[in-house]
Amino acid sequence: MTVVFKKTKGLTDAPFSYCPGCTHGIIHRLVAECLEELDLLDHSVAIASVGCSVMSYEYFNCDAIQAAHGRAPAVATGVKRVHPEKIVFTYQGDGDLASIGTAEIVQAAHRGENITVIFVNNAIYGMTGGQMAPTTLPNQVTTTSPRGRDVSKTGEPIKMSELMATIPGATYIERVMTADPLSVRKAKRAIKKAFQYQKENKGFSMIEVLSSCNIGWGLSPNDALQYIKNEMASYFPLGVYKDKGV
Amino acid sequence: MSKVLMKGNEAIAQAAIAAGCNAFFGYPITPQNELIEYMSKYMPDKGAFVQAESELAAINMVYGAAAAGARAMTSSSSPGLALKQEGISYCAGAELPAVIVSVSRGGPGLGGILPAQGDYNQATRGGGNGDYKVIVLAPNGVQEATEMVRKAFYLADTYRNPVIVLADGVIGQMMEPVEINTEALPLIAKPWASDGNLSRGHRNVVNSLFLNPVELEKHNQDLRAKYDLIEEKEVDYELSHDENAEVMFVAYGTPSRIVKAAIENLKAEGINACLFRPKTLYPFPYEALKKAAQGKKFVLCAELSMGQMIQDVRLSLEGSVPAHFYGRAGGMVFEPKELVNAVKDHLGGR
Ligand SMILES: Cc1ncc(C[n+]2csc(CCOP(=O)(O)OP(=O)(O)O)c2C)c(N)n1
Repeated sequence: MTVVFKKTKGLTDAPFSYCPGCTHGIIHRLVAECLEELDLLDHSVAIASVGCSVMSYEYFNCDAIQAAHGRAPAVATGVKRVHPEKIVFTYQGDGDLASIGTAEIVQAAHRGENITVIFVNNAIYGMTGGQMAPTTLPNQVTTTSPRGRDVSKTGEPIKMSELMATIPGATYIERVMTADPLSVRKAKRAIKKAFQYQKENKGFSMIEVLSSCNIGWGLSPNDALQYIKNEMASYFPLGVYKDKGV
Repeated sequence: MSKVLMKGNEAIAQAAIAAGCNAFFGYPITPQNELIEYMSKYMPDKGAFVQAESELAAINMVYGAAAAGARAMTSSSSPGLALKQEGISYCAGAELPAVIVSVSRGGPGLGGILPAQGDYNQATRGGGNGDYKVIVLAPNGVQEATEMVRKAFYLADTYRNPVIVLADGVIGQMMEPVEINTEALPLIAKPWASDGNLSRGHRNVVNSLFLNPVELEKHNQDLRAKYDLIEEKEVDYELSHDENAEVMFVAYGTPSRIVKAAIENLKAEGINACLFRPKTLYPFPYEALKKAAQGKKFVLCAELSMGQMIQDVRLSLEGSVPAHFYGRAGGMVFEPKELVNAVKDHLGGR
C-alpha cells in the first residue's frame, strides 16, 4: 500500500469535535500544515478562543492557551511580549473577534503586535446554536433573527478585513475562503505568508477565512460550500486588503 | 541601603521590579497612575510593559504572560478592578500566578478618586464566576506595601494563584520613608508553562475548560484543597496594645493607623483598647480574631466603608463578643476623636 495523503504533524491525534461538513477542520489542517512546513511547531503558542474552536488547544500540536471570549489577542500580546522570539497565533470565530472582542483585535493591530490571527468567519454563532453574529448576512435566518436579519434594526454586516486594513499598525490583512480545492489552496498560501511574516518580525497579520456552518445555516454540506462562494464571498469580497510586508 | 522618601505607588512598582516582575500591563486610573508611569519608565528592557486598551485587556495580557511563565502584574483602582474580575476568574481557574494591585477609591459607579475601603468584598469575594479564591494582602503603609507586593509574587508562584494587594488610595498617594528589599526572589520552576518550547518533550496547555463534569468537579475539589492549605498556612495579622484592654478595634490598611492614634487618646482617658489588624484579608484570621476578642467588652470594627469587613468579624466572633461598627465613606476619613467617641458611646457614656 502506498501512502497518498498523510496527516500533518501539526495536528494531534485527538478527534475533532466539529460537525460533519464544517470547514473549521480544513482551516485547522491548513494552519497545522503551515506550522509544520515552516518548522515552527516546536516554538509556537496557539491561543484558542471561545466558540466551536474552543477545543483547538487539543488539536494543534504545539503549546496552547485557552482564552476568554474575545480576549485572545490580549492573551497573545501577553505571551508574545514575554517571548518575542516565539510564534504566537490566535484562532477566533466571528462572534469572538467581530463582536465581544472588537476592542482587543483592533488594539492588538493598533499596537502592531507581531502575531498572526486566524479569523474564521461563518456568519453565525455556531457553538451556542446558530444565533445572529455581526457578520450575519442581510436577511439571513438565524435563531435570533428568525425572520431574517433586518438591517434596519441590526445594522449591515461588519466587514472586519476592510476595517482592520485601515489600522496603521496592521501589516497584512487578507480575506480567503474554503469553498473548493482551489480556494483552499489560496487560503493556505495566505496563512503561510502570515506566519512567514511573523517569523520575519513584520508585524500584525489577520487572515479572514470565510467558512461554513452547514448545521447553523440549515444547509447540506455541499450547499453550504456553495453558500460561501455565492452569498458570503459576494458580500465579503476576497482579496488582499493590506500588505506592508512585501 | 538607607531609607528613601517615596510615593506609595512608585515604591510598590519598584518593589515589584525588585521582586522579579518582568511583565506589567496596566491602564490609567486615579489614584494608581504613578504605578503604571513608574513601570513604563523602569521596567527593564528584557521585561514587558504594555499600556493596555482597557483593564479587561490588561488582565488578559497578564493571563497570557503568566501562562507563558512570566512574573506578571497589573494594577488598577476600583472601577478597573471591576473589569478585571473576568480575567481573575480565568487565572484562578487555570491556576496561574498573577499579582494584582488594587489602589482603591470611593464607589459605587464612578464614585470618587479619594481613598476608601468599599472594595473589601470585591477583593475577598470577587465578582468573577465560579468557586475560586484570591489571596488578599492589606498593607497599612508604604513600607509594608513594598514588602507585601514582594510576598504577593512569592505566594502567587508558590500556590499558582492570583494574589491581590489591596492598598487604599492613601497608601498609593502618600510619601513615606522606605527601604526596598532588593534581594532576588528565587524563581520557582514552572514546568507547566505554555512558552512555546517543545524541547521539554511534550505539549503544555493552559486551560480552564473542563466539559466533563467529573473532571470539573475534581478540578474544583483540587482547588478547594489548595485553598484549605492556604487557609492553614498563610493567615497573617497583627495584635497590638493587648495588655489589659477592655475594648478591641479591628481595622486594616490606613485606618488601622488612625486607630492606633485613637488608642493612645483613649489611654489618656483611662480606657485601654487594643488593635487587631488582619494583614491577610483572604485567608481571614477568623480563629485568631475570636481568640483575641475573648474577655473584651466589645469589638469595634472601623472601616472606610459602610460595613464590609464587619461581616467577617462577626463570622469570627460567632456571637461570643458584641461587635459594633464605625465607618466613613466616599473619601471621608475618620479622625481619632470620632473613634474615641464611638468607644465611649458603646461603653455607656463613661
Ligand atoms: C463572556 C461569554 N459570553 C458568552 C459566552 C457563550 N459563547 C460561547 S461560544 C459563543 C459564540 C462563538 O461564536 P463564534 O465566535 O462566531 O464562533 P463559532 O462557534 O461560530 O465557531 C458564545 C456567545 C461565553 N462563553 N463567554
